[in-house]
Amino acid sequence: MRSATIMDQLRSRVAAIEGVRTRHAPLPFGLPAIDRHLPGGGLASGALHEVSGSAELADDAAATVFLAGILARIDGPVFWCLRWRDLFSPALDLAGLHPDRVIHVEAGSDTNVLLATEECLRQPGLAGVVGEVAKLGTTASKRLQLAAESSGVTAFIFRRAADPRQLAEGSAAVTRWRITAHPSEILGLPSLARPRWQIALERARGAEPKSWIVEACDAQGRLALPADLVDRPAAQDAWPIAL
Amino acid sequence: MIATADAEARRQGVVPGMTVTRARMLAPGLYVVDAEPAADLAGLERLALWAGRRYSPCVAPDPPDGVWLDVTGCAGLFGSERALLKDLHRRVAATGVALQIAVADTPGAAHAVARHVPAGRPVTIEPGHHRRAMALLPIAALRLEVATVEALRKLGFERIEQLIGAPRGPIAKRFGHAVHRRLDQALGNVPEPIEPLFPSRSPRSHRSLLEPIITAEAMARVARDLIDDAIAQLVQTGTGARRLDLAFHRVDGETPMIRVGTASPTRDPAHLVKLLAARLDTIDPGLGIEAMTLIVSLTEPLGGRQGDLARDGKCAPDVAGLVDALANRFGGRSLYRTAPRAGGMPERTVNMVPALSGAGDRQWPDDLPRPSRMLSPPQPVQVIAMLPDHPPAMFVWRGKRYRVMQADGPERLQGEWWRDAGQEAEQPLAIRDYFQVEVEGGGRYWLFRQGDGEHASSGPMRWFIHGAFA
Repeated sequence: MRSATIMDQLRSRVAAIEGVRTRHAPLPFGLPAIDRHLPGGGLASGALHEVSGSAELADDAAATVFLAGILARIDGPVFWCLRWRDLFSPALDLAGLHPDRVIHVEAGSDTNVLLATEECLRQPGLAGVVGEVAKLGTTASKRLQLAAESSGVTAFIFRRAADPRQLAEGSAAVTRWRITAHPSEILGLPSLARPRWQIALERARGAEPKSWIVEACDAQGRLALPADLVDRPAAQDAWPIAL
Repeated sequence: MIATADAEARRQGVVPGMTVTRARMLAPGLYVVDAEPAADLAGLERLALWAGRRYSPCVAPDPPDGVWLDVTGCAGLFGSERALLKDLHRRVAATGVALQIAVADTPGAAHAVARHVPAGRPVTIEPGHHRRAMALLPIAALRLEVATVEALRKLGFERIEQLIGAPRGPIAKRFGHAVHRRLDQALGNVPEPIEPLFPSRSPRSHRSLLEPIITAEAMARVARDLIDDAIAQLVQTGTGARRLDLAFHRVDGETPMIRVGTASPTRDPAHLVKLLAARLDTIDPGLGIEAMTLIVSLTEPLGGRQGDLARDGKCAPDVAGLVDALANRFGGRSLYRTAPRAGGMPERTVNMVPALSGAGDRQWPDDLPRPSRMLSPPQPVQVIAMLPDHPPAMFVWRGKRYRVMQADGPERLQGEWWRDAGQEAEQPLAIRDYFQVEVEGGGRYWLFRQGDGEHASSGPMRWFIHGAFA
């Protein structure tokens, strides 16, 4: 019993040193399958996360809405640092992130985006800061991670048009996600079902890489597991009791 | 004596310096108004102060007919120097004043080009080219006495290049040093400081320094003292600073300035110091700075604000400071929020509003699918689709083939026929049919066809890609 307590303490200390569990509350996705897999039960806030789509515009678009969905569930203003103007606000609203909360910063180049992102991260009380860059160097990622940790603001670096085959540089980010579009359910009607994404956790401090197929954000920014892909044994067990 | 004449009078031969009788003889219909040099100067000062509020902190009237503007580093607010000049030209010309704008490295060169190159639009002499530009101008462009110009012309000097090439001794002996002083000023060999004009009622603070300072740290320290003084004045009037101009009086007589703006009135010394400190590295101290002046050129009443009494960070963070810092670095137009706007075509349904504008409870239409990434302008794609209203079966974009698995649409959008700048004016019945398509692999794109698929008058039936969905 006692040794278990000591082990727990040691574990939390190691985690604190490694920065796996930050001082700030985690942000759960609301999907137990994902939240259970992440250390702390959700996305660490006050930390740096990397998100990318792929060279396909549709995947970058999916990653955009994925970010909007996360930010929609955090209170406070959002600073979105862009290189140029291609973000279309109505889509943010559809994912639950009201555009009034978003301040766009058009910085023009990678260097400027990183500068602006770091500046924003120094301001406590923001819901989050998104920086869209083509490349993120190791040093820059360390600076952002430190800035995020000290203010408690969650930072998202969105690597635009990132080729999945290209090896990403080492970075200080706590997690790295890759969002790609996935074929949605065929309705058999001239209409489209809720979009599906493959969200791949490519790298995470304190967790194994894993990937999930999910249904895209709803109007409140929540993801869902596709009904036809969910494991059902637990539900089937529950049936007889309910009956 | 005629002091000045308008274009029509000049065409008939009336030139300044003539007697009125002679002028009346040349132009019988001449309308003569008594000159009022004092009123002219007052008018120039008003114009300079207006330009000082809008374009550059360092302005000065240049009697009898000019205004100096030091636009060094001021283009950021307008995007580019060209945009600044365009705006200045448009606004001044709209008041009915005939003007000529010239930009050059030195005040002398700008003065000469503005008066001797009647381009009708702003003229910019690229950095480093003022020597070449000056060389071609007549010597009258050098701001010399009329008698001196006449005498030089008699000696055979027509253009400035001749004066540059000529030995200096004899000319200095004959005309004094004025000729070469003006020439050197125009060429930038000797400095010609502009004594800036400030609105007299703005709060200001001034520090003369015992020893000239050079380092950025020392400048920042003086700036902090100046801000403390200025804030004491602001407290008395109950206002906050919206714009600060900090002038550095250099030992050699130049006065470089920096200007910073804030998105909302503030009296927070730490914030103002931070804004100024970020720009201090743009100041070249030269041989040293012997005095500094801070002018609060724009003030606004300061609204009260509930402090975070409990210090629990629960109340909304005050992002004004951050917005100011970013706006001063990237330009005010790079920072914005978006607001919905009634518009026919999707690219016109989003309006950019200032980042700190009041967040009204704006309702966005939430029943229509809209892409999160927009291609602007839409890019043409090759499409295989059945007319009139079938979704595409396949499209080629950027040399890649996309097979469409599922689609939704069409959503018909009509152009705003009353717009004349858009393409709608050429095609008053412009129609776009938008389709949401899901391609192999799950990616979703937004395609549209110009035209309704039946009538050629509604559009040329070409296909475009306009964005990508989640």
